[in-house]
Amino acid sequence: MSLINLTIDGVQVQAVPGTSVLEAAGQAGIKIPTLCYLKEINEIGSCRICLVEVEGARTLQASCVTPVTEGMVVRTNTPEVRQARKLNLELIMSNHPQECLICPRSTNCELQQLAAELGISELRFTGAMSPYEPDFSSPSLVRDPRKCILCRRCVSVCENVQQVSAIAPQERGFDTVVAPAFLEPLGNAACVNCGQCALVCPTAAIHEKDQTGEVWAALADPEKHVVVQTAPAVRVSIGEMFGAEPGRVATGQLVAALRKLGFDRVFDTDFTADLTIMEEGSELIKRLQEGGTLPLITSCSPGWIKFIEHFYPDLLPHLSTCKSPQQMFGALAKTYYAQKAGIDPSNIFVVSIMPCTAKKFEAGREEMNGSGHRDVDVALTTRELGKMLKEAGIDFNSLAEEEYDSPLGISTGAGVIFGSTGGVMEAALRTAYELVTGETLPDLEFHAVRGLEGVKETSVNLNGTTLNVAVAHGLANAREILERVSGGQEYHFIEIMCCPGGCIGGGGQPIPTDREIRARRAAGIYDADRAMPLRKSHENPAVQALYKEFLGEPLGHKSHELLHTHYLARQKY
Amino acid sequence: MSNGCACHTQLEPEQLNEVGRIMEPYRGQPGSLIQVLHKAQNAVGYLPREVQVMVSEGLNVPLTRVYGVVSFYSFFTTKPKGKHKICVCAGTACYVRGANQLLNQLEKDYHIGPGDTSDDGQFSLDVVRCVGACGLGPVMTVDDDVYGRVHTDKLSSILEKYAKE
Repeated sequence: MSLINLTIDGVQVQAVPGTSVLEAAGQAGIKIPTLCYLKEINEIGSCRICLVEVEGARTLQASCVTPVTEGMVVRTNTPEVRQARKLNLELIMSNHPQECLICPRSTNCELQQLAAELGISELRFTGAMSPYEPDFSSPSLVRDPRKCILCRRCVSVCENVQQVSAIAPQERGFDTVVAPAFLEPLGNAACVNCGQCALVCPTAAIHEKDQTGEVWAALADPEKHVVVQTAPAVRVSIGEMFGAEPGRVATGQLVAALRKLGFDRVFDTDFTADLTIMEEGSELIKRLQEGGTLPLITSCSPGWIKFIEHFYPDLLPHLSTCKSPQQMFGALAKTYYAQKAGIDPSNIFVVSIMPCTAKKFEAGREEMNGSGHRDVDVALTTRELGKMLKEAGIDFNSLAEEEYDSPLGISTGAGVIFGSTGGVMEAALRTAYELVTGETLPDLEFHAVRGLEGVKETSVNLNGTTLNVAVAHGLANAREILERVSGGQEYHFIEIMCCPGGCIGGGGQPIPTDREIRARRAAGIYDADRAMPLRKSHENPAVQALYKEFLGEPLGHKSHELLHTHYLARQKY
Repeated sequence: MSNGCACHTQLEPEQLNEVGRIMEPYRGQPGSLIQVLHKAQNAVGYLPREVQVMVSEGLNVPLTRVYGVVSFYSFFTTKPKGKHKICVCAGTACYVRGANQLLNQLEKDYHIGPGDTSDDGQFSLDVVRCVGACGLGPVMTVDDDVYGRVHTDKLSSILEKYAKE
């Protein structure tokens, strides 16, 4: 393919045909400011911040949607260009609430940052403000249309990456608002609470529901025994809240920080990830042996669960009945752990630190109280934990590493890889292989199910039986797999994660989260796995003890009561 | 595989069947959205929720996008039209001769704004731009009848006739 030659700011640049001027400039080290642009997801030229001068063009061009052409001469830094960008930004700001000091995205807001970068020093225009009030109806997310700059990033993610289409631009002109159909509250819409919208929002127009106040109150209550669990994906991202590189494994510092905050016990969701493998693996073997509904599909991801409930209710029997590791943990904290520690379960307060906004919804699901108590009292996102640590003045990166508490903090490498797409599958295969064949697995690492490719498939030979497995992450990819299942393709076991990249790319993770950052966090997850002395769930001594002392056997009566659940067919509209 | 709920149904089954017939040639064609909405509104008179749901399913367009289009274009309406259609001209000539006072009076006496239908279902109101009778401004039409020099004091006597029909 021949390259296209162009000149940007006097520099000779070569670019592949189809490249935008913005990308070509970036490759040549020339930075053009952007606002609505989101690589490969939202390239629509709506904000007009990335304007450049193209010789021969009648007007300034939005560089994100202008393809390079042979001999093109582009100037990105002329007085006219700078003035036009500034004017467009001032107009965008003209109906933006000037609440930066009390805004949840303050210091992490692209609009705020751009205003500083472009040197906006006064507000020359005051426009009509949005007539819409904030929407607090969702258990996971808050919509604040007043702060919306109508960039459409959230809409693109919701429609294209997730294919949920819970929100779109409605009405027009000054009344335009990104909202569900009929301007219904988000809590009534077929929204899966994945929070990918919040992850890409440049401002605070969509953000997680802040529940840090409930956790501060529990920590301050002397009657409450407050235990915390940390999801696998949080240890490779929490450092980013304090300026660390994405993917740095900060498990020991995370534990230390949570102890400093005042949690009575610091436990690990990785423990119940291992437990999930025991339960779900047994469920798979049982379905294979007894002719149950196949393929079996994983049930760890609450966004995925709500998606199938809304859009594919016919396929619900394929779901594993296992609760997610978060919920299993809560159920055990208030039974097994309560008994062992001699604490009245009604005084135990369970907090989860999750990379996820849908976990808030899951924690609130009515049926999640098999022990007679709420499994999980509050689910916080990685971002909310970061805020609490800052508020407490904890200097995260300088903390000395500490260990999780026993027994619910003991885990294996198989538990930690739940944090990345393909991890549940890999953990399940490690255990299923050894349980079915009775032999030691020669190579623990199943590279065919790793990585950021949307749909991954492989086959594994278990004692002469071929197990066809598939992995999808991101709901558009989930749809593709479900269509294949409906079309009769033979799979035995499928892992589906709602968010692109799996939990490391979850809607509760630090902002920004993009493809490169996802890849680095995933690498961190596999580093953490390799560093573990035990890497197979069935070898977890605390899980073995749990079965011996309390549960009996996988899929037994107690497991059924505490660790398994049922699903609900929901309407699409 | 519609699992849309029936709690919003205001239409007769025959009307819904008609929408189905209109949509048939366009099934699975998201690009035909505006055309189908246009025809559906002509057939039903307006675009209630269940019609939008049918169109969403039939054309394979998300409901959020269907509603986005319906709420964007002032031609589309989600409310049933009244028995009689009032149009107030707000073209330049009528505007300067008091079209606005007329609209205010309609709001005050009949509680309808542009795009609305009165609570009793008798009248719906639209604003139009010039009916070609500028010399008679302000101009108002009711169904096919045109009224010129309509000042607020004449309003009730004109509409009274239609209210009885």
